[in-house]
Amino acid sequence: MSAAHAFLQRLGERADDEPTWVAARRQAGAARFEALGFPTKRDEAWKYTDVRRIAEGEFTLADDAELDEARFAALGMPLDAHRLVFVDGVFSAALSDLTDLPDGVSVEPLTTAMRTNHEAIGGAIGRLAGVDFSPFTALNVALSEEGAVVRIGQGVVVEKPIYVVFASRANESARMSHPRVLVMAGARSQSTVIEHYAGEAGAANFTNVVSEVMLERGAIVDHYKLQEASSEDLHVASIHIEQGRDSRFTSFNLNLGGALVRTDLVTDLNAQGAETNYNGLFFVQGRQHVDNHTLVNHNAPNTFSNENYKGILNDRARGVFNGKVIVKRDSQQIEAYQNNANLLLSDRAEIDTKPELEIYADDVKCSHGATTGQLDEEAVFALRTRGIDEQMARGLLTLAFAGEVMDQVRLPVIAERVERAVAGKLPERFNLADLVEVSDALEEA
Amino acid sequence: MLEVKDLHVTVEGSEILKGLNLTVNPGEVHALMGPNGAGKSTLSAVIAGKDGYEVTSGEILFEGKNLLEMEIEERALAGILLGFQYPVEIPGVKNIYLLKAALNAQRVARGEEEIPAPEFMKLVREQLSFMKMDGSFLQRAVNEGFSGGEKKRNEILQMLVLQPKLAMLDEIDSGLDIDAMKVVAEGINSLRNADRAILMVTHYQRLLEHIVPDRVHVLVDGRIVKSGDKDLANELEARGYEWVLEESAA
Repeated sequence: MSAAHAFLQRLGERADDEPTWVAARRQAGAARFEALGFPTKRDEAWKYTDVRRIAEGEFTLADDAELDEARFAALGMPLDAHRLVFVDGVFSAALSDLTDLPDGVSVEPLTTAMRTNHEAIGGAIGRLAGVDFSPFTALNVALSEEGAVVRIGQGVVVEKPIYVVFASRANESARMSHPRVLVMAGARSQSTVIEHYAGEAGAANFTNVVSEVMLERGAIVDHYKLQEASSEDLHVASIHIEQGRDSRFTSFNLNLGGALVRTDLVTDLNAQGAETNYNGLFFVQGRQHVDNHTLVNHNAPNTFSNENYKGILNDRARGVFNGKVIVKRDSQQIEAYQNNANLLLSDRAEIDTKPELEIYADDVKCSHGATTGQLDEEAVFALRTRGIDEQMARGLLTLAFAGEVMDQVRLPVIAERVERAVAGKLPERFNLADLVEVSDALEEA
Repeated sequence: MLEVKDLHVTVEGSEILKGLNLTVNPGEVHALMGPNGAGKSTLSAVIAGKDGYEVTSGEILFEGKNLLEMEIEERALAGILLGFQYPVEIPGVKNIYLLKAALNAQRVARGEEEIPAPEFMKLVREQLSFMKMDGSFLQRAVNEGFSGGEKKRNEILQMLVLQPKLAMLDEIDSGLDIDAMKVVAEGINSLRNADRAILMVTHYQRLLEHIVPDRVHVLVDGRIVKSGDKDLANELEARGYEWVLEESAA
């Protein structure tokens, strides 16, 4: 029995009272996945990322969402937000809070949305990410059931962030989940959507999520993916964005946890004036492996993309960055900027970085660059001559490296959480709280 | 306070300091002068603990303790501060973070509480205005995009906040226009007191018009070949280094 086939055995655990078309889609995903099988290192897109740990794993689907408040509080962020919570992929009404959604906004678990509005949702879901994108999206289509559906009406400005938490429990046996996220941002709407993947210590589950974000004309969406899975968790995600005229999408892809993490981020800029911004930061240590594959398709003239990815790698961690920009033949006067910088804190850490530009138009402004280096030893020395010990000096400089991306984060809770996580991963003590306090005092003065 | 005894230092296999002797007492201001390549900057780099300098013989004592056995940050915490000739730009690290972290490192080393934020801000703002620096300096990354003069002022600002026992200034006057020179010199002069020593490395006599030294040393080919009072600096300005070289060769 192939690894793919073993995974599909779980199909039988899905509800048998699904509408025919849902079951048909499931079958299509299963057929596609079985035909493709798990990717291997011979596949160009998976050259540096070995998924055998997933393929050879044994995972079951969770059927409960039990997680008490205290355990949840240890994972979630204290955000004033519209909150939707999933535990090992299963919706938890108890932990969710959707009490004061503004008019024109709906935030629902996928199963509810399908029941009440299956035409609109069923038509949209899978439109950007079908079975062909990768074996994992095919697997997701085969086994997905639950997820988050966010719909924002025309012209609606959603003040509070929409906060979707995917909690991964420390289970007795490993679980897998295949969630979907669907965000439909109406014309001229404004919203912030957070996907937060948080794992309990010792969790060793497999999450395979597919997100689709559709921006109509003039919509503005800030999208955060904060991945703080446990050091045993396996995580594969693909995020697909489609942008209409004059829309603006900003992505923060922040990866701090996980044993094996792969994220694909794909944007189609389909009409003039559309702008996409990719901000990425990852910090890995031990034997963690993080792979980010990003793609921007400039399908229309006068579209803009700006990408800045930073990686910090310690110990024997490995990172992969592959950033691709494709400018179609008639997409004149586009601007595409890409930058990837990596910091290796250990000489056994490794990063494979590959920027790719495919430009078929002639009137464009494009640039890309990739750098990999160590901390500036001159700067370490300069700080130490001021009495700052070596660990602290290295910590300050590492945070400073992350700072360029973190400065763009508009939600202070997230910025602070990531800063603390980065600081906490640095060797020995690091009194960040103290430094934050000074900065605050300065703001007040 | 500082005793350098028969110090021999090699850099990448070649000997730069060849038996340097120097004693600096509390309250004194010393100027170390000499032609290019004499080893002036090497001395301050070795005292600060920079990598790549091998001490082959001799010793350096600071308040009686063997400096060469101390870590870089321990030297700073003991009260030695080096003002760099070319201050390093540290993108992303705000001046305010550096100052606070450095000041607290000192206090913790002395067994004191960390400084409360309001008290710290008051202290920093006073010194900032003394150095004629704008408050926005604090939120800027250390030396990033600073002009030459701003960088040097920033070095002195750090000294004013950290109040070292021994301030070493490596060509602090290089790249300064006359107005910046005055501000920097005022900053340094304000540091002078009976308990503190200042060691300045400089090419030019010009700085010494603003900061009058107690002792002037001429460093040639890795050794101090002549010492005197402030008049020696004037003589060097008027006659150059040739006569000292001839005198020492004789």
